[in-house]
Amino acid sequence: MPQPVLKGESMTDKRCEEVLEKHQKEKGNIISLLQNIQEVFGYIPEDTVFWFSRELNIPASSFYGVATFYAQFYLKPRGKNIITACCGTACHVKGSGPIINKIREELKLPEGETTSKDGKFTVESVACVGACSIAPVFIGNKKVFGKMTIEKASEMLKGIDKGKGA
Amino acid sequence: MPAKKTAKKADIKDLVIRVCVGTGGLAAGSQEVMDEFGSQLKSHGIKAEIVKKCVNKTGCRGFCAKDVLADVILNDKSETYQLLTPEMVSRIVEEHIVNGSPVKEWLVGPEYHAFHDKQTKILLKQCGHIDPEDIDAYIKIGGYEGARKIFSLEPSEVIEEIRASGLRGRGGAGFLTGLKWELCSKAEGSPKYIICNADEGDPGAFMDRSVIEGNPHSVIEGMVIGGYAIGANYGYVYIRAEYPLAIQRLKIAISDARKKGFLGENIFKTKFDFDIKIKEGAGAFICGEETALIASIEGKRGMPRAKPPFPAHKGLWGKPTVINNVETLSTLPTIITQGAKWFSSIGTEKSKGTKVFAITGKIKNTGLIEVPMGMSLREIVYDIGGGCEKNCALKAVQTGGPSGGCIPASHIDMPVDYESLMAIGSMMGSGGMVVMDDTTCMVDMAKFFLSFTQNESCGKCTPCRIGTKRMLEILTRITNGKGREGDIELLLELGNSIKLTSLCGLGMSAPNPVLSTIRFFRDEYEAHIRDGICPAAVCKALRIYTVSVELCKMCGKCFKACPSAAIAWEKKQPAKIDKGKCIKCGACYEACPFNAIL
Repeated sequence: MPQPVLKGESMTDKRCEEVLEKHQKEKGNIISLLQNIQEVFGYIPEDTVFWFSRELNIPASSFYGVATFYAQFYLKPRGKNIITACCGTACHVKGSGPIINKIREELKLPEGETTSKDGKFTVESVACVGACSIAPVFIGNKKVFGKMTIEKASEMLKGIDKGKGA
Repeated sequence: MPAKKTAKKADIKDLVIRVCVGTGGLAAGSQEVMDEFGSQLKSHGIKAEIVKKCVNKTGCRGFCAKDVLADVILNDKSETYQLLTPEMVSRIVEEHIVNGSPVKEWLVGPEYHAFHDKQTKILLKQCGHIDPEDIDAYIKIGGYEGARKIFSLEPSEVIEEIRASGLRGRGGAGFLTGLKWELCSKAEGSPKYIICNADEGDPGAFMDRSVIEGNPHSVIEGMVIGGYAIGANYGYVYIRAEYPLAIQRLKIAISDARKKGFLGENIFKTKFDFDIKIKEGAGAFICGEETALIASIEGKRGMPRAKPPFPAHKGLWGKPTVINNVETLSTLPTIITQGAKWFSSIGTEKSKGTKVFAITGKIKNTGLIEVPMGMSLREIVYDIGGGCEKNCALKAVQTGGPSGGCIPASHIDMPVDYESLMAIGSMMGSGGMVVMDDTTCMVDMAKFFLSFTQNESCGKCTPCRIGTKRMLEILTRITNGKGREGDIELLLELGNSIKLTSLCGLGMSAPNPVLSTIRFFRDEYEAHIRDGICPAAVCKALRIYTVSVELCKMCGKCFKACPSAAIAWEKKQPAKIDKGKCIKCGACYEACPFNAIL
């Protein structure tokens, strides 16, 4: 095991200090702190956890416990473009499964991976985005695409890749 | 509304255009439609500030199947257009607004009126009519009157009124709201808290999102009423981060309410202080359970704890806390203004008032509806929902999401209320209703729900953590064509013990979808296990691929695509599939350009 105490020593990132300041001002908790870290870095870098653990005197394991409990937190960097597939009941019934497979196939994602090799795309799923009336639903960079089909999914990917669909 | 002569002599008196901008509407392109109305009106010589006043956005009106929907109200006469695209706008402006004759073929049809006529709208009345980002629009239609009224009453009188109305929690279990409040108000400890549970996680339910997006002030007003009744000065809204639009509108609403003096210190010029903070959830279904939600607000892993003590006695930070669902809170203002007697006159003996349902799945009119409790399922599915898509046969209706169960088509005349749903092995839940037809496999459906709850199980108690995993393994085995004799009995045994021994509501209700599909669709399970057939042809592994000799053009593409050498083919000969070697991967099916693989 690496010595956790030494981890994060090298963190001199100004962004961390800004997050810390905001956190102390708002009297936040671990969840809101992790949300703020993720907002700045796009994911939760291991180093930042050790840095905050030292600054706030909270064991790093507490951060790890919370970060792995909630689906929202990412411990690995994500792609430039995020495709979110809704896996709610209505989307399932209306056939979201084959569309997800098609998207993964087009992006050449190996089994178990969510981010494409070139770092351009991350494909994730979410339990339900609550837009069941336009199922199946996909979200490409925060824009909602309803009544999705396999053909429309390819178009969406191309559009996002060209920077249009974002 | 301002009167203004346009360049083309059209007399635009009292023109109001209302465009639905809920999540469904936005996805269908309502923002573009709205912008196009703006620029078209401007091109007709109408000043920008007047355009801004008459083109309004509204929340969801429920009939999402026909989005984008827009009302054009001219001289007090309202017409509604459906399935709008920006390209259609110029003709509407030209013919309807300028020349006064609506574009008839684009107006909503009889199904739009049928969809609305059978509903009783209390909660959704204002959604779809007012601009959710304008507090004055809410005040104009009587908003915050309820909150104003309670300050002339004692808190105990407010509780009594809600108790008399018979309102039950809309989030799941259906506990009496008035009773919950009374327990908390009598509990010792201060400060007290009121929490709005907007962690709507049931796949297939989206009423809370729509209410917050369409009428956020009604939720705030409900929290003020609840806060005053139980003596809480602080409120939290715990809302899913997956609902960015709802969060944004709620933030605007809270800040506007503060400016008006409806939130903050000495609200409504009384001695009562009340303020609300938003807490964004981090993506965990279990946080809809109240003790897990409390842990999450405190910044911990969202794990439930054993009850009692109930949150009404020991809740957030160990203090007395009331947790109410969005729909419950947003019903409160109307109960206060119209009276408990009026509210309790709607619905059945034990289930009072109206309930919002999200009807989705294989149904024609998908969307959000509000009906009196006790309406028959038939009326909901056929009269409001318009029946199954493509006129397929209705198989079942799933209610209550992953905690609920399936109601088979044979029980279509049952009334929809708390007790009747419980009796049939389902539950009200938050009000998701997913309609299924004969192309839905019930075993696959049960597997879908169980894999959801299995995935969302927090892992604290053994029955839920391991029990649901074992159940899921059995279901996966069955859908893969490897089901064994005795699997159904094993599922029943496991399911019933998980229900009895789990710690929280998630585990106690997780087996429901499996148990209820076994109860009503046991034959489908048996067909999977004994005959190796999926009657709905959904389970891929149980499909038997064959080549249609009539359609086969003898090209050999399937032969090349097959990874297990199960296809025999020679030039000028139709292909043949060896069932023994076939691994049912579907590669031949995908490869065939003539749809000759069946």
